[in-house]
Amino acid sequence: MPDRLRTPLGLSAAALLTLVLATVLLAPVLWGDRADAVDTANILRGPSSAHWAGTDGLGRDIFFRVLVASRLSVLLALLSTGLGVLTGLLLGAAPLLVGARLGKLVTAAVNIAVAFPGLLLALSFAVVFGVGATGAVLAIGFAIAPAFARLTRTLVASIAERDYIAAARIAGVGRFRILVRHVLPNIGEPLVVNATVAAGGSLLAFAGLSYLGLGVQAPSYDWGRLLGEGLASLYVHPLATLAPGAAVVLAGLAFNLTGEAIVRGIGQTTPLFAAARRRPEPRPAAPIPSAEDVVLAVEGLRVSFPAAGGRHVTPVRGLSFTVRRGEAVGVVGESGSGKTLTALAIAQLIEAPGQVHAERLEFAGQDLRQGPTRAQRRVLGTSLAMVFQDPMTSFNPIQRIGRQLAEVAEQHQGMSRRRAWERAVDRLRAVRLPAPERRAHQFPHEFSGGMRQRAMIGMGLMGTPVLIVADEPTTALDVTVQRQVLALLEDIRATTAAALMLISHDITVVGQVCRRVLVMYAGRVVEDVATADLATKARHPYTRALLAAVPHLRTDRDLPLTVIPGRPADPADAPAGCAFAPRCPYADDLCRREDPPLEEDLAGGRVACWHADLTAAPPAEPARAGEPVE
Amino acid sequence: MRALAESAWLRFAARRLLRLLFSIWVLLTAAFLMIHLIPGDPVRAALGVTASADLVNARREQLGLNDPLWSQYGHYLRDLFAARFGTSTISGLPVAQVIADRYPATLELAVYAFLVAVALSVPLGLTMAVLTRSGRRRRLELGFTSTSVFLGTVPEFLVAATLVYVFGVRLGLAPIAGRAGPGSYVLPVLALAIGPAAVLARITRVETLAVLEADFIRTARAKRLPDRRLYLRHALPNSLTATVTVAGLLLGGLVAATVLVENVFAWPGLGSTIVSSILAKDYPVVQAIVLVYGLGVLLVNLVVDVALALLDPRSTIREA
Amino acid sequence: MNPLNELSFRDVSVRFGGRRRGVTAVDRVDLTVPAGTVVGLVGESGSGKSTLARAAVGLAPLAGGAVLLDGRPLPRTPGRDEGRRVQMVFQDPYSSLDPRMTVGASIAEAAPRGDSATARRAEVSRLLDLVELTPERAGQYPAQLSGGQRQRVALARALAARPDVIIADEITSALDVSIQGTVLNLVRDLQRRLSLSMLFISHNLAVVRYVSDLLAVMYLGRIVECGPVDDVLGDPQHPYTRQLLASAPQPGGIPAALTGAEAALDTAEPADPHHPPAGCRFHPRCPVGPLVLEGRDACRDTEPDGAGRRHEAACHYAVRSSAPTAPHNTRSTP
Repeated sequence: MPDRLRTPLGLSAAALLTLVLATVLLAPVLWGDRADAVDTANILRGPSSAHWAGTDGLGRDIFFRVLVASRLSVLLALLSTGLGVLTGLLLGAAPLLVGARLGKLVTAAVNIAVAFPGLLLALSFAVVFGVGATGAVLAIGFAIAPAFARLTRTLVASIAERDYIAAARIAGVGRFRILVRHVLPNIGEPLVVNATVAAGGSLLAFAGLSYLGLGVQAPSYDWGRLLGEGLASLYVHPLATLAPGAAVVLAGLAFNLTGEAIVRGIGQTTPLFAAARRRPEPRPAAPIPSAEDVVLAVEGLRVSFPAAGGRHVTPVRGLSFTVRRGEAVGVVGESGSGKTLTALAIAQLIEAPGQVHAERLEFAGQDLRQGPTRAQRRVLGTSLAMVFQDPMTSFNPIQRIGRQLAEVAEQHQGMSRRRAWERAVDRLRAVRLPAPERRAHQFPHEFSGGMRQRAMIGMGLMGTPVLIVADEPTTALDVTVQRQVLALLEDIRATTAAALMLISHDITVVGQVCRRVLVMYAGRVVEDVATADLATKARHPYTRALLAAVPHLRTDRDLPLTVIPGRPADPADAPAGCAFAPRCPYADDLCRREDPPLEEDLAGGRVACWHADLTAAPPAEPARAGEPVE
Repeated sequence: MRALAESAWLRFAARRLLRLLFSIWVLLTAAFLMIHLIPGDPVRAALGVTASADLVNARREQLGLNDPLWSQYGHYLRDLFAARFGTSTISGLPVAQVIADRYPATLELAVYAFLVAVALSVPLGLTMAVLTRSGRRRRLELGFTSTSVFLGTVPEFLVAATLVYVFGVRLGLAPIAGRAGPGSYVLPVLALAIGPAAVLARITRVETLAVLEADFIRTARAKRLPDRRLYLRHALPNSLTATVTVAGLLLGGLVAATVLVENVFAWPGLGSTIVSSILAKDYPVVQAIVLVYGLGVLLVNLVVDVALALLDPRSTIREA
Repeated sequence: MNPLNELSFRDVSVRFGGRRRGVTAVDRVDLTVPAGTVVGLVGESGSGKSTLARAAVGLAPLAGGAVLLDGRPLPRTPGRDEGRRVQMVFQDPYSSLDPRMTVGASIAEAAPRGDSATARRAEVSRLLDLVELTPERAGQYPAQLSGGQRQRVALARALAARPDVIIADEITSALDVSIQGTVLNLVRDLQRRLSLSMLFISHNLAVVRYVSDLLAVMYLGRIVECGPVDDVLGDPQHPYTRQLLASAPQPGGIPAALTGAEAALDTAEPADPHHPPAGCRFHPRCPVGPLVLEGRDACRDTEPDGAGRRHEAACHYAVRSSAPTAPHNTRSTP
């Protein structure tokens, strides 16, 4: 058993299944005679030491009959499951096997059959195949088949779409080989899981049919038959019903739980943040002077999440910066640098189990560190505008755009439904959405990406924002649309004096709109530099490497691109010293030992590097040999 | 654009109607074939081995079983459209009358059970999702999940038997058989509703959890909407789309499960009739009841699709 | 005489969906990838550039025209015969490798049949070395590799089929910026060393410029401009190319402000591929088109043709080329 199945659920499912299968194998051999022994002196007796579950109408021991019935019950269930799964597989793979046209017909038939409940199908098949065990096996088997066929077809279709199938086809790999090597191994697990669950289901269905008298016929008996016989005497002898009932449920659970445990085992991936190492707290950065026009003041911001083994991972580690009224500040970093979490922390959108700590976190004069009061919610709801990366998923798909804007004003400005709607239309006009009255009535899917992002900005303008936090607002958009959205943001900043915090992975995008750039690496600000100085006066080796690594329209095409060796820092595995040290050509022992503080320089920028003064000179030793360390 | 939206609805209606008609045709044909696929002679089987060959032949002639198959199929369809369902081979009563007598009891049972299941499961699933979101209250989650898996596994007739034992036999609180007065509904409805309710509550929770992770919920939270509005206006309607799909399947299953429960409670509905008819080889009745159940299921599916289209403006277009 | 290793699209159209509600994703495209050169293809999402790539390897059915290699039509079944000489690298390295197959098996599967197991192992090692991965990687599964490493494996798999032409579809857009450079360097290096012909597709103009010799610009299923990369970017002829160029972020660039004409068109609704505009497809968004300038009604009803214009720019008002059409993109005479 693989490790990932060694959960309480997996272990109890396995134990239960083993118990059921052992009973199936052994019970008829060990107790077959005792189960059939007629004792006319003890008819319909309650439980006693001789008969643990009492006796039936012929004085036979119910406990042993239940145990012995397990073989027939489970065997028939497995037979019908096998039949159903096989038929389902064939029907589901039909489009692959018999060609598109016939396959389409099969698929249509399966789609209709799947709508009918299994029991109804089983009853109809029972009419055709006749009353009895054989009929019931066929009936339940064919009743399972449509659902399984549909599952197979869906799985095959989803795999057939993958790029690796396309790659294999281009490389000339044959149809059959693709089915065997690429498709089947990737759908095997869900098929096995569903077959297991189907076995549990057919066990119960079989009990149902036998109980109705349509399944196993006397003198054979399975659990369903025992149930049916017992139910007649429920008043005098409830155990005759409850004992086989418990057996059915137990066996059914054994199969279902096994399936469930496998699903969970498969679904389980490595935890989001693996175990983190204990590390010394970074030294606090120089305190930031308070000023009248400061909109946002952040000092020592930390965001952490619990990880495996009771430890914590801290993807944002001691961030300090301020944003002034009307200022445009860019935040740049790779994935895992903590830039999005920073935005969410400022907006108070980190939910438990995530934790936000800060020595100072003030927005528009409110200390956000104390839980959200009514007043704070109002201030955040009206003065802070958030623009998220993916405008497709950031709107409620089943509410009209106008409604989604209007509810802000209803909530925080006490407007009537109508006034709020008018305000929404007005705001959509303000973000230059064509035909705002008509557009407000539409749903998000009727908007293009650029229009959705405009509407998202318009939503932020429902109040009177003093800060707009835009997290990768143009990453999902085309360049021409990107430019329009950036121009719109810049326009709003200029006309409303709202500050703008623009977060992006693209340093050139940020450089176009912002006056100042915060460069983040592994949850810390490593450099805070004026945009105008970026190209010439950036001092942190990471900032300089980032600028050089991204090709732009004036990059020399004859030289290879500058490469940052290694891979972006993993928040779960921040090193003791400077997080960039493993990728830095200037790194020495000091860097690997101690994290440099973010210190202000004479030009008014800030940089966190022990060798900030050296970076103008080329590195001492060339990095890289053989495989680049990613 | 408005016109386009309307035509999208029209297209949806046309497509859905076409599918319904096709499904009905498949159902009718399947019910016809069901009887004709039975190995051996159904008339002989129904009349028993002691019946004389003349009697069997006369009956075959009377039922049109000696005609070629396609002509029987034609007669069958014509009779159906004329609402002539034939007569029961056992009781001699017109099948239409048997159905008319029996179906209200089954319909009531299914509808009440469905309403109870939805009323129990949706609020429960939503609450559980909110309480256990992003890995909170692991114990509660474990308890809820295992209970609902267990309740979802136990088949309806066992639930029914247990309820009869506990409330009828042991406590004597509720009548345990027949259909007389409101009290007699309690146990059958509960027996039918508990399993689907457990499954539906689980689905609602899982779907709501997925929705709570969605970007637009983050947007709604960024708007600082009160929790009530967040969960009821933004999360619930979105999680309902998936829930409704499953609920439709469950309702179909619930219609079929009445067969078992009716037998436990001696409920005078279609379910107990179909079983006795199958055992007695009363094929005209069986065929008619299968048709009624099948039509019920198809109607449920139709209602679900329309509900989905109303809930989610994308679904009418998505299918195109 | 047909040049070797030259991939060309002749009047290629690709349609999806039914007659009434279908989309013509690629509409009568002529494009040539000359031997040993890299042709960059840029365009926004929905322009049909990825569909053109898939058409080249037979993954998208042709509604018209032909894809030729060395002047001979390629078989329409992917991977058959001559088709193996054209290989493709996909955008998402997380879905382009089979999670259940080792890196070595994935690469070996694409290698020509008939080699012994030892020969195959050696070939896998050689290919891994070519993409700067150690031979030990052969035994690993994709899940154990980073995004950049996976993209290298995908490249090695494409090379395993001994192709003469490589189609690279947005191969760096799923990678982190600091990784992107290593993959671009590798692609350029390999292309030169193996003298491959390459169609390099990206939405990022700067990336395309860095890698390509020739540049083609696609808009709504049509090629609107094509020429040597420095010429096209130094002297763009089509207004859409100019817009793309102006939109590309530049370091130290001034905050993105829109020109007056652009601001007027700022709110124009984006083009719908289901209902492409009549005449010039770009006219509803064109800053020198009929919505901005008087008397340019030809744009509304006549579709422009690139023939005889500089960079074959498909614009009624593009400059006529002084020289006869440049040799890089002529129809090869049969």
